[in-house]
Amino acid sequence: MSGRQPVLTMTAISKSFPGVRALDGVDFRLFPGEVHALMGENGAGKSTLIKVLTGVYAHDAGSIDLAGQQVSFTGPMQAAAAGVSTVYQEVNLCANLSVAENIFIGREPRTLGAIRWGEMRRRARDLLTKLDLHIDVTQLLGTYSLAVQQMVAIARAIDIQARVLILDEPTSSLDATEVEQLFRIMRQLRDEGIAIIFVTHFLDQVYGIADRITVLRNGRLVGEYPIAELPQLALVEKMIGKELDVLESLDEQSKRDVRAIEAGTPFLQADELGRKGSVAPFSLTIHSGEVVGLAGLLGSGRTEVARLLFGADRADHGRIAVDGKPTALRTPIAAIGYDIAFCSENRRTEGLVGELSVRENIILAMQAARGWLRPIPRRRQDELVDKYVKALSIRPADPEIPVRNLSGGNQQKVLLARWLITEPRLLILDEPTRGIDVGAKAEIQKLVVQLSDGGMAVLFISAELEEVLRLSHKIAVMRDRQLVTELANDDTVDADRVMQTIASGTRHEGPEKA
Amino acid sequence: MTTTSLAPTRAWWRIPQRYVPVLATLTLLLVMYAVGVSQYRAFSNIQVVFNVFIDNGFLLVVAVGMTFVILTGGIDLSVGSVVAMTAMMSAWLLQGGMHPAPVLLIALLVGPTLGFGMGCVIHFFEIQPFIVTLAGMFFARGMCTFISKSSIPITDPFWTSMAQERIGDPKGNFVSTSVLIAFVVVLVGAFVLAYTRLGRNVYALGGNQQSALLMGLPVGRTKIAVYAISGLCSAIGGILLSFYTLSGAPLIAVGMELDVIAAVVIGGTVLTGGSGYVFGTVLGVLVLGVIRTLITFDGSLNSWWTKIVIGGLLFAFILLQRLIGIRKK
Repeated sequence: MSGRQPVLTMTAISKSFPGVRALDGVDFRLFPGEVHALMGENGAGKSTLIKVLTGVYAHDAGSIDLAGQQVSFTGPMQAAAAGVSTVYQEVNLCANLSVAENIFIGREPRTLGAIRWGEMRRRARDLLTKLDLHIDVTQLLGTYSLAVQQMVAIARAIDIQARVLILDEPTSSLDATEVEQLFRIMRQLRDEGIAIIFVTHFLDQVYGIADRITVLRNGRLVGEYPIAELPQLALVEKMIGKELDVLESLDEQSKRDVRAIEAGTPFLQADELGRKGSVAPFSLTIHSGEVVGLAGLLGSGRTEVARLLFGADRADHGRIAVDGKPTALRTPIAAIGYDIAFCSENRRTEGLVGELSVRENIILAMQAARGWLRPIPRRRQDELVDKYVKALSIRPADPEIPVRNLSGGNQQKVLLARWLITEPRLLILDEPTRGIDVGAKAEIQKLVVQLSDGGMAVLFISAELEEVLRLSHKIAVMRDRQLVTELANDDTVDADRVMQTIASGTRHEGPEKA
Repeated sequence: MTTTSLAPTRAWWRIPQRYVPVLATLTLLLVMYAVGVSQYRAFSNIQVVFNVFIDNGFLLVVAVGMTFVILTGGIDLSVGSVVAMTAMMSAWLLQGGMHPAPVLLIALLVGPTLGFGMGCVIHFFEIQPFIVTLAGMFFARGMCTFISKSSIPITDPFWTSMAQERIGDPKGNFVSTSVLIAFVVVLVGAFVLAYTRLGRNVYALGGNQQSALLMGLPVGRTKIAVYAISGLCSAIGGILLSFYTLSGAPLIAVGMELDVIAAVVIGGTVLTGGSGYVFGTVLGVLVLGVIRTLITFDGSLNSWWTKIVIGGLLFAFILLQRLIGIRKK
């Protein structure tokens, strides 16, 4: 690789936002025909680096050299025209346009200003066939799954004769087969000489596809390594800058005496609770101090269960009892009254108010519970906020900066802090660790264990089985909007068995263990 | 996510959801026409249909412009005032003895210029279209009274010839020149939306502005363009109205913007943008026109019934859009 010229060289890039030094003298090199993983914790500066490259942000210092030419793009369009295309984590296409249009809009084939629809559709079909995707290109994009939309986004990106393709967390909403399909396309593109920057939080995926790794930490470059010279553990250490054994110790911690918890008083009992078109009637009991894991594929009804228990959707079937007394949780306000808290999956759209400061966001739920006529004294606010900013190590540790300037993982912690200060008895966590880095993940997992030790009931929803297995006392498995079974998380339960249950929908007794 | 999600189930008899609102409007229109024909003998006369076009030609033109704006998720409240201002200005200039050709040119320039200005304010200062076009509405209406406090008659021979010209078949059925002009505007509007980049950018902008920006589409230019287009359509509408009434009056077309918005929405264009067709808008205008005709034929009903029926229909169509939106999720 040393004999070849890099297609892209970024030198000493710096970028600051009010209150945050996002990038500090970062160097980055990219060679043609490689998949280059850009790694780092949340807030390490990966997204900022990419946005500087594509011209979304202007950099304060440093230079960008693309194929021997000094460049400084004014926006994604200019970057794309120069051969630098980006596919974002959230699919940034228009759901109300057809698949073909989403690929070609802005570059439609035309005669005298009139779009040639026939040719456009044919070219879209050819392009998608090349990516092994056989769909009706005249249908609206919104009718297809997120995975397909992601592929369409890639098709759009590579049709612009891309030399550099940036994939920003493309796999966070894909399942295993879809990830494999994506990887096949990535390899194909790499072999054609395209340089790919791959940003992800899934370490296994990095080792499955990347050729080289660049690690960032706190806005600074840690180093650039060939994949063979950086084993997984070393990578994690470079990313978080310290030895990591929290995860291991957790394993032991959570296998506490399940029977004692089960014998205690149930905090919440759902009896044949259900809602038409949302989730089939299910029964679930959650005890104080118990962590109940909710496993299942995307769209299997996990979030719907949470919303029913929180009163965000109204159940049209069954009963619910809190502390043994039947109640009707018709609205979230009622649920909050029973000390139930819900950290939703879409932290950006459903949880946080980006313009408000970290402090204001954290105080929000508590203030709502007290009523707006009794403001929380400023000193008490600062006290509480400081405590949780420290406890959850929210970075940067300045409670007065707007929440939208924080990285994804830190935003998640702010959301958690908001509910924790209301001291709930049941905490519903919907995908609390999605899209956040290893370090923050471990911290959140540790927190869950601590909270349940303190007597809090937790409903833990996650797509990552290891996490569910590690934390839960009991696992409820969802499939096709039904709760198919409940497994006590003892020694006989492992990832394989839960997988089988998810796959087949029936309860599998694990392989006989002598 | 299962493999079935790769191919949405689609059967030949199922109408794509995006056409449902337009088809609903078409059905409504046919039903209303059938009711008219069954109730009143004279209703089956083809001239009744032509009259609907003659009476609503200017409304149709303005509605085409409004369709562009609403497709981007915006709104233009200034159209009624711009129509009045254009008619007023034409009447005033003609009264002053100016030749019809430069009068037409000036009249056609003022509307788009105002639209362009409002578009720029909306885009560059990121202000809600509602408030910007509300300001435009007051400004244009004010300009009308500034020109003259009372109505100005038009006696120019070109204008009177346009007002009286009848293009018809030997049986005596006819349409006015205005209808032909309106048809040309409709066809051009439909072509621009379906077959040009500008048109497709309008849909993309209405679908998801953030995505449109990241896909590298000229968001600002498109936004400004739709308000300029709406201004142009209002100007054409104003000229057609002055052909129709042969005068310019400061208080003409008051509240017309609301009729226009109602027609566009009844025609199936979603108020949040991104979905709708010019053809639907034509149907929406016809629905409004046929309701008026029915009430005129009845004779015993107060003309306010028009408003009541339009109100009811608007409710029904907004609910329909909402239901389709929910089902999609």
